[in-house]
This record gives sequence, C-alpha cells and structure tokens, in this order.
Amino acid sequence: MKETKTVSSIEKFILHLHPYKIDSRATKFNRTFGLGGVCALLFIILSITGLLLRFSYIPTVEHAYDSILGLKNNTIFGQFIRNLHHLSGKLMVVVSFLHLLRVYFSQSIFHKRSENWIYGLLMMFLVIASSFTGYLLPWDQLAYWAVTVITQIFEYIPFIGHSLAYAIRGSETVDGNTLLNFYTLHTGIIPLLFIVLMVMHFWLVRKAGGIALPKKEEQDFVDIVPNLVSKEIMVACIVIAGLFLTAAFYDAPLLDQANPLKSPNPSKAPWYFLGAQELLLHLHPFFGAVVIPFATGIFFLGLPFYKYDKINIGVWFNSPLGKKMTIQSSLIAFVFTFILIYLFEHFLHFDLWLASWPSVISTGLIPFLFYIVPVAIYLLFWNKKHKANRTELIMACTSIILSSYICMLLISLLFRGEGMLMIF
Amino acid sequence: MKLNRRKFIKRALITVASVEAFFLLKGSVNKINTSSGTAELFNAGKATAFENNKLYPFLTGQFFLKRFEDGGFLAMSIKCTHLGCIVNTNSKTGGFNCPCHASQFDKYGEVVSAPATRPLDYFPITIEKGELLIDTKKPIKRSSFDKSQLTYA
Repeated sequence: MKETKTVSSIEKFILHLHPYKIDSRATKFNRTFGLGGVCALLFIILSITGLLLRFSYIPTVEHAYDSILGLKNNTIFGQFIRNLHHLSGKLMVVVSFLHLLRVYFSQSIFHKRSENWIYGLLMMFLVIASSFTGYLLPWDQLAYWAVTVITQIFEYIPFIGHSLAYAIRGSETVDGNTLLNFYTLHTGIIPLLFIVLMVMHFWLVRKAGGIALPKKEEQDFVDIVPNLVSKEIMVACIVIAGLFLTAAFYDAPLLDQANPLKSPNPSKAPWYFLGAQELLLHLHPFFGAVVIPFATGIFFLGLPFYKYDKINIGVWFNSPLGKKMTIQSSLIAFVFTFILIYLFEHFLHFDLWLASWPSVISTGLIPFLFYIVPVAIYLLFWNKKHKANRTELIMACTSIILSSYICMLLISLLFRGEGMLMIF
Repeated sequence: MKLNRRKFIKRALITVASVEAFFLLKGSVNKINTSSGTAELFNAGKATAFENNKLYPFLTGQFFLKRFEDGGFLAMSIKCTHLGCIVNTNSKTGGFNCPCHASQFDKYGEVVSAPATRPLDYFPITIEKGELLIDTKKPIKRSSFDKSQLTYA
C-alpha cells in the first residue's frame, strides 16, 4: 500500500461520490443549487430521527396516539425530534420536487442520463409514499381522515381499484391493519428501497461524467477539495441550522385522537395531494383519478425519450425562446387554472344543467375540454407564430402541467374552508 | 427486435416466476379477513318500535335506519360515496350532507348535488321474530333507489 497517510479509507470511500477533479463550472452554486445533495442530507436526518422515534412509537390503534403524547411529555427532546422529523419530511417533498425541476429545465435528462431520470422519478414516488405512510402514524383526526380520503380515491380506478385500496389498507376501512401496513412500509421497506435506488442514482451520475454542462472548447479543471466540498458543507450546515432552529419553535401538528365516526370539516388530503383532491372536486372520477394521473405519469416517464429536434444538454430551458415560453406558459397556466376553477365553482354548473346526460360527459368530458382546448390553441400559437420546435413545445407542456397542479394545490390549501367551499 | 428461442424461453420463465412471486407476496401480506365467515348481525330491536317516515341514526353500526311512509325499512351507510367521510343528517330536506366536499343526498340516499356520483350504500336487512337484523359487514353499491331495496316487516 503506497497511499499517503493523510487520506483515510473512509475519506476515499466518501470521495467516490465525486472525482478528484471537476470542471470549474460544476462547482458554481447556481448550476445545481445543491438540491440533490440536500435531499441526501435530509434522508440521513430522517433516518436518524426516525430511528429515535421508533423507540417510543407503538403501531397499534390503542396506543399509537398515546405513545406520541408520551414522546411529547416523557422523552427528553421527544417533541424536538418529532418536529425535526416532520419538518425534514416536508422539506424533502419540496426539495426533491425542485431537484426534479432543476434537472429537467437544465436539460440534464437525455441520452446517457435518461435511465437516471427514471430512477429519479421512482425516488420521487418513494418520497411521496414515505411522506404519505408517515402521515397516518400519529393516528390523530388529521391523519385518519387524510388517509381515508386518499385511499378512497384509489377506489375510483376501474377493475383493480378496490383490490388495490384493500391491499393498501389491509381492510375495508382505515383501521389497525392499515396502521401496521403503513408502519412496516414507512420504517422498513421504503427506506431500504431508498438506499438501493440512491446508490444507483449516484453511480449513474458519476457514470454520465458528473452533472450535465453545456459543451465548451476549453475546460478548466479544479480540485474538488476545497472547491466543491467546502460549498457542500456550507449548504449542509445552513440546512441543518435552519431545520434545528425551526424545530425548536414550530411544533408538528397533533389534533385529537382519530375518531372514525366524526369527519372534521373540511377533511383535506395531505398537502402535496391537495392538487389531486381539487381535481376530483371538478372532474368525474374517471377523468380525475384515472385518465389525467395516468396520462401525466406516462408523459413524465417518457420525457427523455421523445423525438426532439435539438437538445442543448446543460443549457437552461434549451434556448432563449424556450426560456421565454417556459416562464410565460407557467404564468398563463397558473392564472388560467385559477380562473377556470373560480368559474366552475360559481357559474358553470354542468352537473345541474345537463342532469339528464351521463355524468362522465357532463362533469367529466366537458370540463376536461374546457381546459385542454385553450391549452392546445395556446401551444399552436407558439408553434405557428414563433416557430417553436418540439423540444420547446414539450417543455411548455411540462410547465403547464406543473404550474396547473401547483395552482390547484394552493387553491385547495389556502382558499377552501368549511365544506371545501371557496372562501370567496 | 429479434426474438430467438433462447430469449423467448428466458422471458417466459421470468414472466411466470414474477406472476408466481406476486401471488406469493400478495398472499403472505394479506391479513385474515374478519368480515367473512359467521359475521354477527347488528340487532336494531323490534320493528314495531320504529315509526313511519322517521330516521334513526345508529352510529355504532355505522348506518342510518330510515322507515318510509309505507313502512319499508332502508339501512343506509353513513359513509359518503365520494371519499368516505361521515355524512350528517340535514333536518331541512330530510336528506344527508357530506361535511367534506359538500355532496348532498336526498332521503332515499340518492345524489342531489355532486361531487358524489352514486347513492349511499345500503345494508341488507333480515327480520327474525319481529327484530331487525342488519348485516353491517356487507355494504351494497347501487346506482339509484328502487323499491326492491326496502324491507317490510
């Protein structure tokens, strides 16, 4: 062994995440915003706090709620650890979503990176799944009814809906079986899958030659220590400090113990699912729970594989026109979705006007067309007037879908009060 | 893509093994279904104790027992068919309102106002020795109300 003594094998192992030298442009903070790294850090924080919480949590209907109260009152720093876990979980959903936006809009998902996009989407799904399974564990009114509402949405999927919902709940309604299922998934299966997928994800990033950068004649290579590692440590410190500070003052919510005989008014899904719940208020379940989610899922999985005209890997929004289109279409989709929901809420009552028609048409197809036709005309306008190519049009589609979802989520979160009616 | 015999056999084996693994896993995580077998029926008491045209909530059994003008009984689930919230009685209309997403049902459990798309589920009622027995483990889905859903004493 001829290695110098200053580098221990642990250090060398950690350095496998990075090469010794990288392009200086890759060390710029605004190339990645450190989002992927923050996700990995949050995973570690969640694992540690989660392991600590496991020592006091009891996954049964009788004791779950009391064990949370016990954690709060009898464990040193119990409430703090729970707050930290809660906040990190919330932040993980936000940060992994932003990471998804970053890699997509900086055009880093094509060719050899396409496989990693699929792994990334799988992990995005796992983030949502772990957040959702963790949601039930406190067994309070918030948890119970949010999970009831979401598993009931699964029931709308034709043919397999009921057996899928039954498999998730382990029962006809949300009860002790559901709690046990969710506990096992949340503290065992999902974290294990995460580790496997994370290893693949990191390895594929290395294999693709690090993060995606625009092509350039002259490359300037720098050492990662200290150029990159110091920045990573700084971001990690800021995130940890922010989380600790917030967890000290902000308590994770805990309502009354779950009561299956009393629905709170309103009963809302977990916040990241509120867009889906909003969709279901306006659209027939066949569209709201089947056609749109599946079409969107396939659209996202296929993103790296469509036939594109011109891909500029590593260039934000592909081109100046792409940038203009992304910003404009996001804003317009947001405003348009908002106006459309307002109109459906107060003025357009197709379910009453066309009561004799099948509800799939009156509350499904018609509202769906109200959304899809203007969007198609808008995209056509870009194509004809500004000669937008396929790459830019597909990017605009992605922006429209994401922006509309965020709009629905915010409406449902902020503007819906009693009876899920709009507050204005 | 060329598919030769070797590839075909390999893929066929993988498919069969995956299907088998799926059913094995599904079977091993399934819990014993407590609702099957000899389910206990909910005893609501003497049929004669209920007045015509009145609604009796049984929260422990999770149903509303309605006796209509002609003496027919209907046991409707308290769960909204939209997303599973517990509906409240509406004393003005004699129907039911869902607090979660504002679905409304009439006294037969039929939808008056969306987003719910089908009427409230109902439970089968049998009458033995003048007592009403309700099978609360077996909700029946329906697309509209008709007389055959009523039980007469």
